[in-house]
Amino acid sequence: MNINLTLIGQSIAFAIFVWFCVKYVWPPITAAMEARQKKIADGLSAADRASLDLELAQEKAAKEMQKAKEEAAALIDQANKRAAQIVESSKDDARKEGEKLIEQARAEIQQERVQARDALRAEVATLAVAGAEKILETSVDAKAHSEMLEKLAAEL
Amino acid sequence: MAADTPVAYIQHHLTNLTYGKLPAGYERADGTVLQEAQWTMAHTAQEAADMGFMAFHVDTLGWSIAMGLLFLGLFRFAAKRVTEGAPGGLQNFVEIMFEFSQGIVRDVFHGRNPIIAPMALTLFVWIFLMNALDLVPVDYIPVLAHAMGLEYFKIVPTTDPNATFGIALGVFILILFYSFKVKGPGGFLKELSFTPFNHWSLVPFNLVLELLGLIIKPISLALRLFGNMYAGEVIFILIALLPLWVQWTLSVPWAIFHILVITLQAFIFTTLTVVYLSAAHEDH
Repeated sequence: MNINLTLIGQSIAFAIFVWFCVKYVWPPITAAMEARQKKIADGLSAADRASLDLELAQEKAAKEMQKAKEEAAALIDQANKRAAQIVESSKDDARKEGEKLIEQARAEIQQERVQARDALRAEVATLAVAGAEKILETSVDAKAHSEMLEKLAAEL
Repeated sequence: MAADTPVAYIQHHLTNLTYGKLPAGYERADGTVLQEAQWTMAHTAQEAADMGFMAFHVDTLGWSIAMGLLFLGLFRFAAKRVTEGAPGGLQNFVEIMFEFSQGIVRDVFHGRNPIIAPMALTLFVWIFLMNALDLVPVDYIPVLAHAMGLEYFKIVPTTDPNATFGIALGVFILILFYSFKVKGPGGFLKELSFTPFNHWSLVPFNLVLELLGLIIKPISLALRLFGNMYAGEVIFILIALLPLWVQWTLSVPWAIFHILVITLQAFIFTTLTVVYLSAAHEDH
């Protein structure tokens, strides 16, 4: 256990080792470690961002879906209303048409009746004239007249 | 092996392989007398002690430098093949060590200095590797060295106070350097003179206290590491003296416990170094 020059030699060795480590060992490894740390941090933040984006996209998709549903419902509603309207209006039209047809038929019937009556009247006149002629030619007999008149009336 | 008695065995295992300068007229262990001063390998513990300061512990220096090169080589290899993508096994291990030392620095160092974290890494891994040599069975390397003609061989550098004091000396120089650099000579002197008692009449007292505190820092660092590792080594050697059939009942638990000790000591040395340097960076 003698103290001797080994002491100095050991100090020098220590100094050289520290110098070498500072110069050639420490920098590349710490640089790589820091680069990896940064890479990992970047990756993690990117993942965070991506999940946030995903959430936003899901939210947006849900909103769009809701909107589309509402639109579809509105369209169906509108279509139903329109269909009901069309049915209503066509019913209305049909009714009007029917009424019009009935009216027309009535008018035609009326007209025909008037015509028939006119024709009848003319016929009655001729018949009356013919009857009168026959009466005038033959003897005026009440009994015969009445018989004739009855015939006349029957002819109406 | 020169280990006939337990005492001789223990002493043998605790003596470093020393290469140093013996003075002229010195009588070697084998009886020869040196005509002039000579650099040579010590053959006995007494010779190693007589070499005084002009000597090297070849085993301590060799193993500590080998461990340092192992650390730097491995980490430099990993640094060259480093990738930003998924790391492989080696890179993973290296990054764990990096984050460990960065964690120590982040927790206790409040200044800004790009040297501190790599220095903490170097200290921790280097000291850990040197301490880990303690787990090599105590007789393997000495017997191998003996076969190669080397009388002594102690492989754990941190059981040699020269190694721990050498590193602590480096740390001490860094403490002084940064104290002067950050606080300025005036500021440093002021801190030494006016803490803990801020009054002019107590300046001498403060100076003595603070200078002692300053010098104690590296000494405590070095002695703590040395003491722990030395004690662990001695216990391994003592266990090795027991009969063969009973050794494992003690050496296995002690080795398992020692895994904790070698890690903990490396950690404590590193953390305290960072703490001291942090204090050196604090500008009042």
